Amino acid sequence: MDSPILRAAGITRTYGARTAVEDVSFELWPGEVLAVVGESGSGKTTLLNCVSARQKPDAGRVEFLTRHEGVVDVHAMSEAARRLLARTDWGYVHQNAADGLRMDVSAGANVGERLMALGARHYGRIRSEASDWLTRVEMDAERIDDSPRTFSGGMRQRLQIARNLVTRPRLVFMDEPTSGLDVSVQAKLLDLLRSLTRKYSLAAVIVTHDLAVARLLAHRLMVMKAGRVVETGLTDQVLDDPQHPYTQLLVSSVLQP
Amino acid sequence: MNASDLPGTVERDRNFNFGYLDERTKRMIRRAILKAVAIPGYQVPFGSREMPLPYGWGTGGIQVTASVIGPHDVLKVIDQGADDTVNAVNIRRFFQRTTGVATTERTVDATLIQTRHRIPETPLAEGQVIVYQVPQPEPLQKLEPREAETRAMHGLAEYGLMHVKLYEDIARYGHIATTYDYPVMVDGRYLMAPSPIPKFDNPKMHMNPALQLFGAGREKRIYAVPPYTKVESLAFEDHPFEVQRWDKPCEICGSRDSFLDEVITDDAGGRMFVCSDTDYCRVRGARHG
Repeated sequence: MDSPILRAAGITRTYGARTAVEDVSFELWPGEVLAVVGESGSGKTTLLNCVSARQKPDAGRVEFLTRHEGVVDVHAMSEAARRLLARTDWGYVHQNAADGLRMDVSAGANVGERLMALGARHYGRIRSEASDWLTRVEMDAERIDDSPRTFSGGMRQRLQIARNLVTRPRLVFMDEPTSGLDVSVQAKLLDLLRSLTRKYSLAAVIVTHDLAVARLLAHRLMVMKAGRVVETGLTDQVLDDPQHPYTQLLVSSVLQP
Repeated sequence: MNASDLPGTVERDRNFNFGYLDERTKRMIRRAILKAVAIPGYQVPFGSREMPLPYGWGTGGIQVTASVIGPHDVLKVIDQGADDTVNAVNIRRFFQRTTGVATTERTVDATLIQTRHRIPETPLAEGQVIVYQVPQPEPLQKLEPREAETRAMHGLAEYGLMHVKLYEDIARYGHIATTYDYPVMVDGRYLMAPSPIPKFDNPKMHMNPALQLFGAGREKRIYAVPPYTKVESLAFEDHPFEVQRWDKPCEICGSRDSFLDEVITDDAGGRMFVCSDTDYCRVRGARHG
């Protein structure tokens, strides 16, 4: 592990006269979980879209360490190579599970889609792999033929995670993976995410406005405000001893039951 | 059989240009056809015209036929295998009136065949052209509604999604339940909707000596399979592609290897199975009869 798996340098993205992200740089090491926190409109999601190549930044570079071809500039790759990367070595977990799932096909087909996209053509093997992954995300394998429409929010989120992890990606992007779930489901999902990132030594970039999520999952924290990074450091360090006034405000705004 | 022998034959109406469409439109469509032939299975956009019949009745096929038909062509029109059903009769009359070409019901005599939902049982020969009427040219559309996305998928040959549909069929019904418009790979490159022909007809497209043209009027797309092109039906290794089979032979001609239609004969549960291809059935019946 002598080089970072993902390196973003000088990411800037504007929407007309409005700047969403300004000159953000960071490095992510293999197996490391980085949380990006900040209030709504601080540019977290735009940053995530830029580094996951779902959106082109106006300036800046994003480099990814591939398994076989060394470091590549993800925005300079051909579309074909980028899409292949996005469905093999990367995962993307949407805030709203319906955006990341195919709601009209069964859970098994959702998990198997990436395998079929990579050329798997044996129904029996695709199905057993799908059922295996449902178990790994702590879902009932009996529900493999059910439509995601019949699933609860927490189950949909689990299914979305299984669907992403089936190709054993090394880097996962997550956009508010637990918001919109009630607290007990949230806790279980966080627990699952934590064990999965450990078990498969996943590197992850998690965008969240929830500091508790960041504390549980992330090794490192990046605090954004108005498109700029105002503070960065180890999670415990930032949360226990915030330096920037905005971070201090964020930390003190957390409700204590 | 000549034009004058068929019932309902009409005379050529000189007020229409040959083939109804104006010459510039025909040239535009021919250019699209040439491109389609050059890239087998690729959907070429074209400026589909308003035709004197509604979308869904074969406007795409008619425009393709009108662009390739010549005064010496012999035309056959099929609707669900039959030459005497509404769609076939009307399209045949349309071309009699606008071109005056000879028409036939015999597959072997035809140089140009326009079809809806079937490929004739009689094998096609070199030099013949078959034109399919296509309602939905995009095989991925039901799974991926965004057209920008489906075009990218075609461009990059990312066709895993089509197998998701087949997977779903097996998960739900235990076998691939798609029976018509069964997706095919053309020449190992482009995924193509074969139009709503039964999957029974899919193997006939493979290495067919005739030129196969597809026209979708509402969706404004033309695509083609040139003669002797590989056409492969998608499947899984453990669930191979299979065509429909019937327990009984055709009750008119006794054929065991043609596509059979179930015909209800009374309101007391009476039914019979007969060939869907009327010309094939008639010729066989005459031979064995």
